[in-house]
Amino acid sequence: MPDLVIRNLHANITGTDTELLKGIDLQMSKGEIHAIMGPNGSGKSTLSHVLMGHPGYEVTEGEVLFEGQNLLDLAADQRSRAGLFLSFQYPFAVPGVTVANFIRMAVNAHRKGGPDGVDNPVRIPEFRKQIQEAMELLEIDKSMASRSLNDGFSGGEKKRFEILQMAMLQPKIAILDETDSGLDIDALRIVSDGINRLVGPNMGTLIITHYQRILDYVKPDQIHVLMDGRIVRSGGAELAHELETSGYADIAKEVVS
Amino acid sequence: MAPETADVDLGEYKWGFHDEENPVIKIERGLNEDVIRQISAHKGEPKWMLDFRLDAYEIFLSKPMPNWGADLSGIDFDNIFYYLKPAESNARSWDDVPETIKNTFERLGIPEAERKFLAGVGAQYESEVIYHSLKKELEDQGILFLDTGQALLEHEDLFREHFASIIPSADNKFSALNSAVWSGGSFIYVPPGVRIEQPLQAYFRINAENMGQFERTLIIVDEGAYVHYVEGCTAPTYSSDSLHSAVVEILVKKGGRCRYTTIQNWSNNVYNLVTKRAVAEEDATMEWVDGNLGSKVTMKYPAVILKGERAHGEILSIAFAGEGQHQDAGGKVTHVAPNTTSVITSKSISKDGGRSSYRGLLRVNKDAEGSKSKVVCDALIIDPESRTDTYPYINIMADQVDIGHEATVSKLGEEQIYYLMSRGLSEAEASALIVAGFVEPITKELPLEYAVELNRLIQLQMEGSVG
Ligand SMILES: Nc1ncnc2c1ncn2[C@@H]1O[C@H](COP(=O)(O)OP(=O)(O)OP(=O)(O)O)[C@@H](O)[C@H]1O
Ligand SMILES: [Mg+2]
Repeated sequence: MPDLVIRNLHANITGTDTELLKGIDLQMSKGEIHAIMGPNGSGKSTLSHVLMGHPGYEVTEGEVLFEGQNLLDLAADQRSRAGLFLSFQYPFAVPGVTVANFIRMAVNAHRKGGPDGVDNPVRIPEFRKQIQEAMELLEIDKSMASRSLNDGFSGGEKKRFEILQMAMLQPKIAILDETDSGLDIDALRIVSDGINRLVGPNMGTLIITHYQRILDYVKPDQIHVLMDGRIVRSGGAELAHELETSGYADIAKEVVS
Repeated sequence: MAPETADVDLGEYKWGFHDEENPVIKIERGLNEDVIRQISAHKGEPKWMLDFRLDAYEIFLSKPMPNWGADLSGIDFDNIFYYLKPAESNARSWDDVPETIKNTFERLGIPEAERKFLAGVGAQYESEVIYHSLKKELEDQGILFLDTGQALLEHEDLFREHFASIIPSADNKFSALNSAVWSGGSFIYVPPGVRIEQPLQAYFRINAENMGQFERTLIIVDEGAYVHYVEGCTAPTYSSDSLHSAVVEILVKKGGRCRYTTIQNWSNNVYNLVTKRAVAEEDATMEWVDGNLGSKVTMKYPAVILKGERAHGEILSIAFAGEGQHQDAGGKVTHVAPNTTSVITSKSISKDGGRSSYRGLLRVNKDAEGSKSKVVCDALIIDPESRTDTYPYINIMADQVDIGHEATVSKLGEEQIYYLMSRGLSEAEASALIVAGFVEPITKELPLEYAVELNRLIQLQMEGSVG
C-alpha cells in the first residue's frame, strides 16, 4: 500500500457546513514527487491543513492512511512525530523563541516519540553541528539561528526556515505549500537543491505551487489539478507546461462539460 | 476531531505541603496594642521602636481599606496570627536549624543554591529569620547582610537614620500595618565602591495557617556600590487565608546600582500586599524585577524616585494570574531631578479565569527637564474566561521630556499553537513555549538559574490547563 492514501476526503470549516474539500483521492509514497496546482481559493492550503490536523477544519467523510495508520485519529503533534511535515504558506511568528531553541525542542519531541516516550534529548554539540550544516546548505546566515522564529523575517526568509525545519526533522512525507512563492531566483535554486537532497527512499514530497519554475528543479512524477475542492485532472510533468500556457480555463470547461 | 490529550496533572502547586508546628512563641490571633507590646518585648527593642509601632498601629486603624485595586474584603484581620517565632535562634549553620524546618528549605532548594551561586542567604520562616549567612570575604569588606531585627539591635544608628525614611508608616494602610508589627526581613549595607558579584538571596516561607508575615527590608547601597538581591516565597495551601504584607525601602547613593528580583510564588490562599520603594541619587540605577506567579491577591507596585540628576530606574514586571487569582501589579516612577531616565516593562498572562491588571504611575516633576521614560505593557490572555486591564497614569509637569507608552493585548492563538504542534510539540509544550517567548524580554535579564526557575514555574502553570 502507498505510504499516504487519501480516500474521498471531505472537509468543512469547523462548526459550519461550508464544505471546502469535496472528495479528494490521492496516493503517494516515499521517493515520489507529486505536485498540486490550482487556482487561488481552490482548496490547496485547506487540503494541506486538513492533512496536518488544523483545528479549524473538520473531516466529514473519507479517510487518510499514513503508513497504514489512520492519520485522522492523531493530533497535529502526533502526525508530525509520525513523519508528516507541512511547510506553511504563511508561517507564524513566535517572538522571544529563537530558531535554534525551537528547532531543538522540535527535534527532541521527535526523538521522544509517542506520548509515553522516554526523553532522549539530542546532545547540544551534536545538534549545533547538524543545524549549522543544514543552514550552510540552505545558505542561511549563521547569525539568524539566534533570532526569534519568523519574527520580522522577510517572506523569503520564512520559506527558507520552513525548509530548514524540514531538513532537521527528516519527515517521511513533506507537503510544501507554495514554498517557492517569495523566493528570489537564487533562493529558489538553493531551496530546490535542498529538497532534492532529501527526496529519496526516506522521503516523498507533495509540492503545492502556482509556477512551473520550481518543477524544473524538483521534477514531479505526477501533477494534480485541484479546482473547487476536487482533483479534476492528474498527469505527468507535461501537465504543468500545458497549464503554464493555457491557464485553468480549458480544464474548467472540460470539468463542467 | 483532535483526540484528547492525556490528562496529566502537572499544574499542581508543588510547595503546598506544611510542617508540623512547633513554635517557641505564638501570640494569640488578632491584633491589639498588647500584641504589639508583646512583639516588641520579645525582641528586646529600644523604646523608640515600640513607640514607632504603636503610632503606626493608630494610623493603621484610622486608614480605610483601599477602595481601588483588588478585592480585599476577604481579609479578616482578627483571624490572623501576627507573630510566631519558630525557633530559638537565628542560626549561622544549617546544622543548627531545627530538623523539620531545615528539611523544608532543603526541599525548596535553598542550601543547594547557596552552595552553587549565592553570596549570602537569609531564610525566614513565619515571623523570624531562622538562618543567615554571608561569605566571609564579603563580611571582611564591610558588607552588612543580616536580619532587620538584629540590625536594629546591632547597628542602631545606621538603622535609625534610614528606617521609614522612604516609606513612612502613613504611606498606606498596609505600610502602617507592617510598621506596627514588622518582624524579620533583610538589612543590607554595601560600602562605597564595593560590588557584590553574586546575588544575595532571601527566602520567605509561611508555614502556619492564617499566618501573617510582615517582614521589613532595608537596603543601603553606598556610592558606586552594587548589589543584586533576590527574594523567593512560598506557603502551604490551606482552605483559609494568610496575609503577607512587607515593606521594602532602598537607598541607592550616587553612582550606585541595586537590582532587586522577586519570584513570588505564594500559594493561592495568601493575600500579598507589599509596599516597595527606592530612592536613586545622582547617576544611580535602581532596577526592580518583579515576578508574581502565586498568591490569591497581589497588590504591588515597586517604585523608584529618581532624586539625583541622571539617575535611572527600571521596572520589569511579570504577572501570571491563574484560577481564582488577581494580580494587580505594575510600577511607579517619579522623575524628580533633570535628565533622569526610566523604563517600565510589564508582561502579564491571564488564564483559567484569572485576572491581571497593570497599574502604573509615571510622574515627571516640574524640575525634571530632559527626562526620558518608556512604558511598555503587554498582556496575553490564554482563554476567554480570563481578564486583563491596564491603568496607566501619567502625570507630566516638566517641559522637554521624552515619554513613550505602548500597550498591547493579545490572545493565545489557536493557529500559532497548531503551527508549533505541526513540528511535534504537544499542545502544552506549544502554549508554554509561546508564553516563555512572551516573557523572554524579562527572563533574559535574569541570572540563568532564576530564568530557568521562572520558565519552569510558568510551564507548570501552563500545563495545569491542558487536559
Ligand atoms: N477558516 C476559513 N474561514 C473561511 N473561509 C476559509 C477558511 N479557510 C479557507 N477558506 C476559504 O476556502 C477556500 C480555499 O482556501 P485555500 O486557502 O485552501 O485556497 P488555496 O487553494 O490554498 O489558494 P491560494 O492559491 O490562494 O493559496 C478559499 O475561498 C478560502 O477563502
Ligand atoms: Mg494556499
